[in-house]
Amino acid sequence: MKKVDRSARRAITASVAAVAAAASLAACGSSNNSAPAGGAGAALVVGITADPTQMVPWTSTSVQSQEVLSQIYTTLLSTDADGTPTAGIADMPQVSKDGKTYTFTLKQGLKFADGSTLDSADVKYTFGKIMDPASKASSASYFASVASIDAPDPQTVVVHMKQPDASFPAGLTYPNTGIVPSGATADTLATKPDGAGPYQFESRVPNESITLKRNDSYYAGKPGAAKLEFRIIPDEQSIVAALKTGSVQVAEFDNPVTAKTATSANVKSTPVNSLWYHVLQLRATSPVLSNVNARLAIQCAISRQDVVSSAALGAGTPTGPITSPQYRSDPNAQPCPNQDLAKAKAYLAKAGEPNGFTLNLMTSQGLYSSAVDEAQNIQAQLAKVGIKVNVQSLDSNTYVQKWLAGDFDAAIAANSGSADPNTMYARYFTSTGSFNKVAGYKSPILDKLFAQGIATTDVAQRATIYQQISAQLVDNAAWVWLYTPKKFLVANTAVKGLEARTDADLSMLWKASLS
Amino acid sequence: MKLASAFGRHPVTRRIGEAIVTLVGVSILTFVLLRVVPGNQVTASYGIAAGELSPAQVHSLEAYYGLDKPLVVQYFDWLGGVLTGHLGVSTTSHLSVLSMTRQALPNTIELALLGILVGLLLGVPGGLLAASRPGRLRDSSTQMVSLVALSIPSFLLATAVASWLANNLGWYPNGKGFRTLFDDPGLNLQQMLLPAVVLGVSVAPPVLQTTRAAILAIRAEDFVRTARAKGVSGRRLEVRHILRNALIPVVTMSGLQLGFLLGGALVVEQIFAIPGIGRQVLLGLNQKEYAVVQSTVLVIAAMFVLINLLTDLVYRVVDPRVRVR
Repeated sequence: MKKVDRSARRAITASVAAVAAAASLAACGSSNNSAPAGGAGAALVVGITADPTQMVPWTSTSVQSQEVLSQIYTTLLSTDADGTPTAGIADMPQVSKDGKTYTFTLKQGLKFADGSTLDSADVKYTFGKIMDPASKASSASYFASVASIDAPDPQTVVVHMKQPDASFPAGLTYPNTGIVPSGATADTLATKPDGAGPYQFESRVPNESITLKRNDSYYAGKPGAAKLEFRIIPDEQSIVAALKTGSVQVAEFDNPVTAKTATSANVKSTPVNSLWYHVLQLRATSPVLSNVNARLAIQCAISRQDVVSSAALGAGTPTGPITSPQYRSDPNAQPCPNQDLAKAKAYLAKAGEPNGFTLNLMTSQGLYSSAVDEAQNIQAQLAKVGIKVNVQSLDSNTYVQKWLAGDFDAAIAANSGSADPNTMYARYFTSTGSFNKVAGYKSPILDKLFAQGIATTDVAQRATIYQQISAQLVDNAAWVWLYTPKKFLVANTAVKGLEARTDADLSMLWKASLS
Repeated sequence: MKLASAFGRHPVTRRIGEAIVTLVGVSILTFVLLRVVPGNQVTASYGIAAGELSPAQVHSLEAYYGLDKPLVVQYFDWLGGVLTGHLGVSTTSHLSVLSMTRQALPNTIELALLGILVGLLLGVPGGLLAASRPGRLRDSSTQMVSLVALSIPSFLLATAVASWLANNLGWYPNGKGFRTLFDDPGLNLQQMLLPAVVLGVSVAPPVLQTTRAAILAIRAEDFVRTARAKGVSGRRLEVRHILRNALIPVVTMSGLQLGFLLGGALVVEQIFAIPGIGRQVLLGLNQKEYAVVQSTVLVIAAMFVLINLLTDLVYRVVDPRVRVR
């Protein structure tokens, strides 16, 4: 027996030693690599959680695809740090008095990364491709008001509109309107991306990484890194570990706790604002919510701050409908800016449901990390006034399917915002909007106001119109707007010149370099 | 099993027949399950933007993805492809499933083998330790540790180990971008170490239990007593007569675990960014790439069936008692 003891013990010691030796060997081998190597040849590495599967600008929808594509392609217009349109490869357009002709002047000497010239013909070709139904472009809706496009000379693009549409320039800033060379097709671009952005495509390993190299002919200046790699690491904690060991230098997180665990002496986290908004979507067309007082009761029973503090872990601020910086809704301009249970009960009585009612609320864990927590928080808050909420937590594909079909009473959603309020809401709340069935609310007043909102390009005039639209939406509790989130841009301190922009947008990543 | 009996009376051809029936069953089940779940490739790739497509655009996309044909036709189109060596093409990465699998499978096999190795290195000595004093403190404490190891979810262990090493030692090779064993053996083995340890921790407890039980059972066998009576020394008795015999069930158990790891190391592959076969299935599921999921699941099932078949055949060779049945 004793002999076995010894051999058993020896076996254990040996195996532990082997593992430990392997670990320490490995640790030695890598210790000199743990800080990012600086210098001109170094690659800047951005950690992302999913493969940017769509490489054709106009069909791209995923956030990751747009992050990568915004490095490879340039859009006609650029944005400032808040997301408001500014001059890009073209100056801000001259708009005719009737608002129906937009004239863009391109900068001189623009080149694609392959060396060919970028002129008005390429812009016309790209926009034509987007408007062609056969392209099935996700950006086609930005061109809904466009009648035709001319390229009278190499530097000039003239867009003729069917009717005035002040929201048109905002669409020209999105990566899915990036300019491609004349003749490029979805098939050629999917395998060989070709744009005039700060970096050009070099190589790609599906589900592992995409590597780009500096485009020396970029119009706005010399991009800061010789190489830029987007590395796909599906697990956020794994990205955190990679940030801490210096093998990844830039990442963005939604979850404040994840961002906090990533910070250290060498890694800094910067909170940035977002145009996105989290909302309790109500469908006024469903029988249980058809009475405006029932919807107002829900608005009054919910403390938005409570949703932010508990479900969103404090990373957000209560918001009204519009998050566009120039047109932002006053978050307190609504019937119940704060939770008011007495008022909620009064609305319930007016709705003929003094003891409350039952509401089905759909959500999905697959949408974003706090979606189910938000639903449960709202469930608890509404229970205080007798509204019984059944939370249905669905798989994300099922959720999207039911959402598109308008097959729900209420839903938790996080929707993207825009620098232009018309882009944000016309598709939901005009009677002809593509998502009006999903939104479940329309009115002749809203139709009229939305039409007025795009008829003029005067910002002050538009601001008053969107204030009225905002009031219409909250006074009728079309939906209950909850909060606009904070995002976190996390970067190694060796990265210089990284701009913290709204939505952690990486379109100015080219200014960043490794010191 | 009427169909299986058609393959003949001989046990070997019957086993092969059963294996084929199993694979057909798996392929049909995968095909049906994928289509029962709501959503298709159009909604998966466009998300809510699918709501802005016109019916004609949706229809042409469905035709492009091959979703407009009747289900039976879709199934036999795919099966016909598989039988002629075309596992289908991923419409998002524009790669054939065959080439994707050729890249992913070796990584998964390497990871599974290393996981089993770590499991054996932890489990066998643990079993020896436990069996050395059955029922005493050493036994119960070893079993306690093994129970804890079995209960820790691998995602938790993986995240905890990764964070701890990154924070305290500044070491996390998996953030550097994956390298295969042939590209960069040094970095590859570093990247495989953590996931292999995490998998090994979940493989070790069953190995430990099997080792312990087998040793105790064999120690009570007549031939052991005979050997001892003949004067075989303690050390030689334990190693040559007891341990060697006890390892037979351990090897069987490891083979079974290997089969599971080849298809089921998904969580660990995901956390440690190992581009293996489990991630290939998951990505296929997320993007609703039916061909990717169907073909990859079929490959996994085929490996599982093949390993089982080989085990059976090898048993027939090494253990004459099986042949009698």
